[in-house]
Amino acid sequence: MPTLEFEGNTFNVDEDGFIDDFNNWNEDWVKYVKTTEGIEELTDEHWKVITVVQDYYKKNGIAPMVRILSKVTGFKLKYIYELFPSGPGKGACKMAGLPKPTGCV
Amino acid sequence: MAFEPNEPQEKIKYDEMRIYSDEELNNYTEEELKNFKTKHDTPMCDDLESGPWPSFVADAKREALHRRKLADDRILLSAETVEDTLGQLEDSFVDGETHWKHGGIVGVFGYGGGVIGRYSDLQEKYPAVAHFHTLRVNQPMSKFYNTDFLRTICDLWEYRGSGMMNMHGSTGDIILLGTTTEQLEPIFYQMTHEMQQDLGGSGSNLRSPSCCLGRARCEWSCIDTQDMCYELTHYYQDELHRPAFPYKFKFKFDGCPNGCVASIARSDMSFIGTWKDDIRIDQDAVQAYIAGDIAPNGGAHAGKDWGKFDIQKEVINLCPTACMWMEDGKLMIDNKECTRCMHCINTMPQALRPGADTGVSILFGAKAPILEGAQMAVLTVPFMKCEPPYENIKDLVEKVWDWWMEEGKNRERLGELIQRWGLPKFLEVIGLPPMPQMVTEPRSNPYIFWKAEEVPGGFKRNIEDYRVKHMR
Repeated sequence: MPTLEFEGNTFNVDEDGFIDDFNNWNEDWVKYVKTTEGIEELTDEHWKVITVVQDYYKKNGIAPMVRILSKVTGFKLKYIYELFPSGPGKGACKMAGLPKPTGCV
Repeated sequence: MAFEPNEPQEKIKYDEMRIYSDEELNNYTEEELKNFKTKHDTPMCDDLESGPWPSFVADAKREALHRRKLADDRILLSAETVEDTLGQLEDSFVDGETHWKHGGIVGVFGYGGGVIGRYSDLQEKYPAVAHFHTLRVNQPMSKFYNTDFLRTICDLWEYRGSGMMNMHGSTGDIILLGTTTEQLEPIFYQMTHEMQQDLGGSGSNLRSPSCCLGRARCEWSCIDTQDMCYELTHYYQDELHRPAFPYKFKFKFDGCPNGCVASIARSDMSFIGTWKDDIRIDQDAVQAYIAGDIAPNGGAHAGKDWGKFDIQKEVINLCPTACMWMEDGKLMIDNKECTRCMHCINTMPQALRPGADTGVSILFGAKAPILEGAQMAVLTVPFMKCEPPYENIKDLVEKVWDWWMEEGKNRERLGELIQRWGLPKFLEVIGLPPMPQMVTEPRSNPYIFWKAEEVPGGFKRNIEDYRVKHMR
């Protein structure tokens, strides 16, 4: 598993750039992923999505369905794509430090 | 009716788009191919070059040689991609197991699907397939092409991909097999900016719709499957590119009940063309069939001597509802008893035609076995008119989606949701009254639910009132 250095942190990531363990997440990770996910400036709205995703994951052990993410944040899917151009799975979940989405993707 | 694109389309001219010269495209001789040894020994793969069927191994070797002989700066992936693919496949044949790692999440910005990420688990041995992502490219309706388009996409894929394709994936897409993460955005840019070509669907979204060839070249097509498929593909671009559903959802469009795109088995919402007036009979042509002047079934059984055509045996007696007979030498059909199974029309295409008052039957819920068992689609809308711009169809689609997106569990196909909630609830959602046509047979168990308002007095009862007449 490749490791990468960013602002004094060491992160273990897989080929898709997902972090190996949710517990190794910190705010620098978000700053790092920003550079690869087409995000120029991190806003409060980015953080809102990230926090919602993380809270849901801590509570339920899975990522929220898109519908639930939209409902809780109040952001329509289109707007989530404006915030995270790769979408809620590859973009927001990766940034939030969640495990990689699986299944028929 | 001629095809009308939704937006102006520029004709792709290969001569303006091409990447490779004729010399580069034909850069090896058959003699060289005969003597060509791939990088890895692949005895089991080589075995598959024998026999009469076109061999994918033989084709792969041609491509491998072709890539070897292209100059290094004329392809962006390793020249050995095809050879490493064969090498890894050989290892899989030997080990009896796959050598692709689990999953893979890659894509292009703006979309949540369209690319299937894949990485080798033997990256040191086969470095050229360390990344081997698949792109789904939305196919033209019914897969009619001209060579300008195909040659252009082939050049692009040779340059930025492995050169290997799947024509087509079972959902319908053109499948570009094998490229690296860095190439995804450039490929997407070139397809969209230079070819007006979009990706197909993957993930929990609307997958690429597909259709039979319909009125393009079939006399039985009751609806313009291509126009409908094209219109709905365009209309629901958002749903196709950005997963918003509980799970995947597929549309397929069959022009008639013969089901040439198998919509009844392979789509969550299956559109099947049909008619509601009479089968059109040309009695002279019926006589020509009886006389043996025209081969039955368009000559489909010519490979064997089945004897002289016998209309009684091959058509009338095989009609599932027995609604046909001969009278004074004429073929008669009791159309109100006809279920439009297509058998007689299939057998005597020059004598019988579907009716002229056409539309679609809409069926829901087909899926493969996981999780709750395989399902074919269930007839829900027996007949609906369907004319551009298909407003009635779109209304129905959106009612279904609204319900499924709200009630569907994570990774629950529409068919499973209908099972879980029951067909009556589904009918309520789409606003249709229950009809006998929606069941093969009535239920045989008596576990029948009633709504409180259907029962005189409702469900609220007092046990004391009951005790007045029935002592404990």
